[in-house]
This record gives sequence, C-alpha cells and structure tokens, in this order.
Amino acid sequence: MSQLIPTLKEIWRDFDPGTWCKEINVRSFLRHNYTPYNGNEDFLEDATPATVALWEKVTVLFKQEREKGGVLDMDTKIISSITSHEPGYIDRELETIVGLQTDRPLKRALMPYGGIRMAEKALADNGYEIDPEIKEFFTTYRKTHNAGVFDAYTPEMRACRSSHIITGLPDAYGRGRIIGDYRRVALYGVDRLIEKKIEEKETTKSAMYEEVIRDREELSEQIRALQDLKKMALSYGFDISLPAHDTKEAIQWLYFGYLAAVKEQNGAAMSLGRTSTFLDCYAERDLREGRYTEREIQEMVDHFIMKLRLIKFARTPEYNALFSGDPQWVTESIGGMAVDGRHMVTKMSYRYLHTLKNLGTSPEPNLTVLWSPNLPDAFKRYCAKMSIETSSIQYESDEIMRFFHGDDYAIACCVSSMRLGKEMQFFGARANLAKCLLYAINGGRDEITGKQIGPKYRPITSEYLDFDEVMEHYDAMMEWLAKVYVDTLNIIHYMHDKYCYEKIQMALHDKNVTRWFATGIAGLSVVADSLSAIKYAKVKVIRDETGLAVDYEVEGDFPKYGNDDDRVDELAYDIVHTFMEHIRKNHTYRNSIPTTSILTITSNVVYGQATGSTPDGRKAGVAFAPGANPMHRRDTHGAVASLASIAKLPFKDAQDGISNTFSIIPGALGKEDQLFMGEISVDMDCPAGACVSPTLFEGLDSDETEE
Amino acid sequence: MQGFVHSRESFGTVDGPGVRYVLFLSGCPLRCAYCHNPDTWATPAAETLSAEEVLREYRKNRAFYTGGITVTGGEPLLQTEFVTELFTLAQTEGVHTCLDTSGATFDPENTEKIDHLLAVTSLVLLDIKHAERDAHVALTGADNDRILAFARHLNEKKVPTWIRHVLVPTLTDSEEHLKALARIVAPLANVQAVDLLPYHTMGRAKYESLGLDYPLANVPAATSADVARARAILAEELKRLKKNQ
Repeated sequence: MSQLIPTLKEIWRDFDPGTWCKEINVRSFLRHNYTPYNGNEDFLEDATPATVALWEKVTVLFKQEREKGGVLDMDTKIISSITSHEPGYIDRELETIVGLQTDRPLKRALMPYGGIRMAEKALADNGYEIDPEIKEFFTTYRKTHNAGVFDAYTPEMRACRSSHIITGLPDAYGRGRIIGDYRRVALYGVDRLIEKKIEEKETTKSAMYEEVIRDREELSEQIRALQDLKKMALSYGFDISLPAHDTKEAIQWLYFGYLAAVKEQNGAAMSLGRTSTFLDCYAERDLREGRYTEREIQEMVDHFIMKLRLIKFARTPEYNALFSGDPQWVTESIGGMAVDGRHMVTKMSYRYLHTLKNLGTSPEPNLTVLWSPNLPDAFKRYCAKMSIETSSIQYESDEIMRFFHGDDYAIACCVSSMRLGKEMQFFGARANLAKCLLYAINGGRDEITGKQIGPKYRPITSEYLDFDEVMEHYDAMMEWLAKVYVDTLNIIHYMHDKYCYEKIQMALHDKNVTRWFATGIAGLSVVADSLSAIKYAKVKVIRDETGLAVDYEVEGDFPKYGNDDDRVDELAYDIVHTFMEHIRKNHTYRNSIPTTSILTITSNVVYGQATGSTPDGRKAGVAFAPGANPMHRRDTHGAVASLASIAKLPFKDAQDGISNTFSIIPGALGKEDQLFMGEISVDMDCPAGACVSPTLFEGLDSDETEE
Repeated sequence: MQGFVHSRESFGTVDGPGVRYVLFLSGCPLRCAYCHNPDTWATPAAETLSAEEVLREYRKNRAFYTGGITVTGGEPLLQTEFVTELFTLAQTEGVHTCLDTSGATFDPENTEKIDHLLAVTSLVLLDIKHAERDAHVALTGADNDRILAFARHLNEKKVPTWIRHVLVPTLTDSEEHLKALARIVAPLANVQAVDLLPYHTMGRAKYESLGLDYPLANVPAATSADVARARAILAEELKRLKKNQ
C-alpha cells in the first residue's frame, strides 16, 4: 500500500477527492468531478483519416457478413471465456482502442454454458458444425444452465412453455440484462477491485448455511474473473492493475471490463451502462493539461463506439425472428439530471452522439438519452437535430426513473433501469395476458389445441359474456398464471446462477446487490379492449363442438384503449396492478423484488401468432400491439390521446419499463410550405405574432430573407 | 351550449403554431372540389360537446400543448356562438385560440356576433380557395365576395391572420392566379403568413366510402417542387407589391 499511495496521487491528480477515494463509489467520483456543459455542438471534431480508414474496413466486413447471410464466421471449437482467445484486431496500426470478442472481427464465439443445444443449433443453422468433443463434453461431463432447468421443470411449466402462455423464457441461453459497472475498472484498477472482493469474502457470515456458501463461492469466482480480466488486458499489452491515467486509458480499461463480459456471456441484452459523463472527467482533465486535443479524444470515442458496433453473438434464426434482427442491446445511457439539481450533460454526451455522424447511423450501441425538461436547451436541440438526421437515438424519462433509482442508474436492454453496481435483475420472459383471458373463459383449456393447460376451473358457458363473471374467472386464472410464471423463473435463475454465473459482471457490482425479479406481460391492449367490449358492447361466444370458445362476435361499439378514455384506460391500469399483486404473493428467488415490464417491442408479432381470437374482435394469429401500445388503428384521437392512455399505467407496478412504439411522418411534425411575411418585408424585422410561435421558426429555411 | 362535433385530433401540428388540440366541427356551406374532409359537410354530428367538456380534454393533457386550441371543420362559423363561448373560456386560462375558417358565412352588414368571436381569437387561419370570383364558384359552389370582405374586416379589426391556400395543379397553380392572390394579400397588414397547402389525394377514399364521385379524379397531387415554385412566385410578387405600397 505504501508504494501505491504516491502512484494514486499521480493517477488521480487534479481530481476533487471525496468518499470515492476511500471506497468503491463511482457516483461519488462523478459528483465531485464532472463538468456540466451548456454549450452547443460547435466544438465537435470530424472523423480523422485513421477513423475513416478503420471504418471502411469494418464496413467491408459488415458487407461480407450480410452477403454470407448474416454471419461472417463462427468459432466451433474454443469455449469462449475472458482469456480464451488470442488478441484480435481490425487494423492494429490504426486502432486507438483495442480488443475483440474473439481473435477476428465479427467471428462469433462459442458459448455453451447457457445450453449446448442452443449453441449447436446456432452453429448448424448458419452452416457450421460444432466440434464433436465440445458437444460430448457439455452433454456428458459438464452440465449446462439449460439442462439444469429441464431437470427441475414441472410438467405444468413445460405445458405452459409449449402452449406459449409463457413465452421467451431465458432457459436455453444467457439471461443477460446485467450491467457491470465497467467504470470501476478505469477509476480503481483491477487490483483495488480484487482487494475489495477479498475483503467482502472475508466478511461473509461465519455460519455455513447455504446462502453463505453460495456467496463465498461466487466471490471466489468473481476474484478469478478479475484476475482473468487482467490477463486478457495484458495479452493486448496493457497492465490494468492500476487505475487509468488519462482518457485513452480510461476508455480502454472500461472497454476491457465490458469486453470480458461479452466474451463470457451471450446474454439476451449486454448493455454498457452510463459511461459518457464518467469519461468526460478524464477528457476535461486531459484538455486542461494539454495531454490530448479534442480531435484526439473524438477519435478515441469513435474507435470505442466502433468496437461496440462489432459486438455479436451466435444465435439461431428463430431468436433473430423473435427480435426482428440481430440485436445485442449494447445500451448506453446519456444525460439525465443529478439529484443535486445539476444536469449531467457533458461534452462527452455530445461526442457519443456525434459518432452517428462520424461513423454513420447505427442501431448499436443503443444510444439512450435520459430525458428531462431541465436538460440544457442546446443539448435538446442537438438531440432533436441528430434524431431527425439519424433516427438512431432512444429517449427515456429520467424524471420517472430518477425518482426510483437515483442519478447513477443505467438502462439494460431497452427500458430496464438499474443503479450501476448496486442493482441487478433476474430477467424473464412474458406472461401472455391475452391468452390468460381466453383460458379464463375456457376453464384452463388452450383455445388453439384444446388441451388442458391451466387448472380445470369452471368454464364460462353463457352465449354472451358477462363482465363480472369474466372478471372473476380472469382474476383466478391470473393468480394461477402468476404463480407458475414466478416459479418457472425461480428455477431458471437458480440454474443460471449455478451453471452460467456472470462472474465478471457481478465482480463489478457490490457484494450486497438489490435484485429485481423482472417479469413481463404481453397483450395488454388486447385485454383492455376485450374487457371493454365485454363491458360496454355485447360479445357473443362462438364455440366448437367440444364447447371450446374459439371466436367472438362483438355487437356494438366500445371504448378503446389509446383514446384517453378513462372507461377503458382504467381497465388497463387494473390489469397491470392486479397481475402484479398476484406476482407479489409468490416467493421470488434470492429475495428479489418483483416488478414487471410492458415492452414487447417486436416479439408482439410472435405472441399474437400463438394466441386465438379474442373478445375485442381481434382474430386468431393477428399480432398484438407492441409494448403498451394501443392496438393498431384503434387510437383515433391522435398521438396525445394515445400517449395519455399509456401515461395512466402504473409505473410503480411496472418499474421495469413501459414502452410505446411511436412513429410519425416528418410532414406531420411541421411544415416547410409556409411563407412568413417577415421573410418578404422590406425591412427584415420579424413580425411579433409569427416569431413568438416557437416551434414554427425552428428549421424554417432562411434563404428567402433578402435585403 | 353544445357544439356539434365531427371529431378531435389531440396532436395537431399543422393547424396553427405549436402542438395543438384541434376540434373539427360539423357542417359546411361550401363544397370545395378538393375537400379532403367531405365527411364534415353534413350537419348531423358524431357527438355534441359543451365548451367546458372540450376545455377539460385540453387541460388534461396541457403539458403536451405548446400551441393551444384550433377550431376547424367543417365551417366553424356555422356555430359562432359555441366557438365564442369556447374561446372566451380558453382565453381566460391563457390558452392560445385559433380559428380556421373559409369566412364563407361572413355578412358585412351584420358583424356583431363575429366581432365578439374575433375579440377572443388569437389567430385566424383564413382559407382563400381562389382569388378570382368565377373560378371560385366553379371550385367551391359559391363566390368569394364574403370571403374577401371577411379578409378586409379582419384587417380593419387588426386580427392576426394567416392566409391558407390549397395549391391544386391546373386549378390554382398558374402564375397569374398566384399573382392575383398576392394582390389580395399584400394590402392586408394583419397577415403574418401565407400557408401553402399542397393538394393531396388522400381524401379519395373518404369519397368512395361516402358513395360520392371524386371531383378531381384526373388531377395529380402537388409535389414539393410545385410548392417551392408557387412559394417563390408568391414571395416575389408580394415583395414587389409591398415595395410599391
């Protein structure tokens, strides 16, 4: 320690000291050291020749990947781990930030711990064959997460899985949605993190009951992962035992932390965190010291983001179909407000978004702006401009999330917010609430197969559906579904921890993390409209010869979700709240806190395919609306009314996120065909009335203004 | 009192400044050949709402509205008293009020009611369908005397106004016509903007569902190049006229 102190002094030079010096506490570092930036984008630098050359190489690789049907190359033999591969480069001479998942760009790693069958199938479907020894090893000698789950599943769980009343269970691959606090690697260096983990291990309880044993085993795994992280960095020529000295090292250290995670885990979403404002502390110091120029810093950021665009996983065509693409959800959260009232926009926030210009548009990394009305105007304008130009920015409400998660949270996947290094989540699938309603009507029989899947409750036998009777049946069926769903997830997460533990990601968390038990629901607007139809119109049931309700005829009109009509919006609220109350009644693995999300952004199509006709008039197989969206074309009062319906949903019950997919044609957002008198008057003063209308003059071309 | 309402658009961005709540009233005395809302012609309304009910809807989502309320139609001046009541209430709450009208019902001899309305109107969007009388008859079924009288009246009363004009290829896009339009607009000191609306064919489906013939079956939609050209002609002529004023 005595040798370290002067070094730390040098490394942390010019940073404002605080609690963060004494404990692992990145938030404290940020509070003491970040510089809010109120200016505009004029300081930004274009891509350097090295960036352009490097990006051209990557573009060629992407093109080859597309031409080969979506996959450029796959590893069939090396089991991916933090240290499994030799260093890989795009072009070593040009790269300022280095590190690839395998030894070649876009070569997808083999990750069998989640499930050997999925790994094998991902290879086979893309024309590769798994090494027979690997297959034998993971079939005969080493159990996987997937194998463990199926050992423990009950027949009921299997039935629910195959009837698709519960869908998207992460039981055959990595669960994902865990964000390591990769900033810790840069700020503290790996040795300090290992020291801390050793200390945590030494201070576990002394009585050896199951939880303590598990904690000690996990902490040992974490320590080993950190040691591996050092080895991997060393193979690229970097000793990351100590903290980063400058911006370049900070980006590189941080990226090594993230890289270790994506070498180890093929998670359903491998998000990055909230790194831009953190890195800006280094950039500001380097600019002050004259160590790097703005141009050099932007180049590092461009190269870093380029690396993130290269993150890929071996997946099956079915998986990609479910998510309409080949997504990794490398989500980075930008901006937001600090609880002390300062905004958290820095120059680095601009630099990240500027990569969309320097490298062109891209869905990954998923750049997400944590939006608040209190963000600086210049930044809001810049975001709007970049959104118009690139359509590549996601926005989420910092106002809502900050209330629950403070000011150092980040988004995992698309909407799941978590405090960095302090919260993680057990992610899992969706309960199909529309199908649950049909089970309620059919006494637990599946409306498509006729099989008894749910409990054999009394079915509804009347010709016309009665609202109170349906609600009573629905409530009971939701209670059953919530239980079997939570129990299924309990098994999945137990087995994932056991066979496919996220060593490095959890090493970059505190020991005592808060765990969210993140359930999900699908078909909300279908159910809301169905219940509304039953309540406000007449719904006639069409049954087959076995008495199974297979279709519905709606007589008359009814209020539809998405029109700011409380009569139906309250039904939607009640469904979310009631289902969550049922979820909460169940035991959740590792004392995790139950929550839910309403965010089927693309999988709504698949869920709809697996669901029969519903009492709202939707026919069998027709896609659900995405997330919490109203059903297609049923919101007839314009966007505000539609958004207002969604805004009524209870966030306290759906803290894992509520999504609304909204698109609008540019022409509907304003016009270019207006001619203002100010533009043609001889003396060019703008007339008062026109200029005070704020949105109109934005973007209005001024080339008519002469004289 | 109750207004006869055809429909509401909660996210209006093209009928006045900012994001607006747009109320479409039922009934219209004109039958414009290019009308894209023929379903608002007839007076029987989809529903009736009181001014207070309309404002309640607006207030609920006030946070969204950077603009205010626009009343259009149909022809809102067929329900002048209702609109006056609505705008009076709205202005007491500081809400920007915008009236989108053709002015076709204006009676220069009897302006008392409409002056009450104008006193609580922040902005008028006045739709001039055609600058020339005969062509106006051919296009809409009525002459434009009242409309032009209304335009002058608005100027006298100093009511902030935007002129709207639908650019229909072959019908309203000739250079002569655009210059004639400029001659109407140039003397009006209250006019702040001219809003050129490119004619589109999206109304066609509505005619089919109403069992009506589509009057402009052979007229193509206006392109952005058409609009740019018309805008340039209009701007040039307005500038010339204003210099000589």
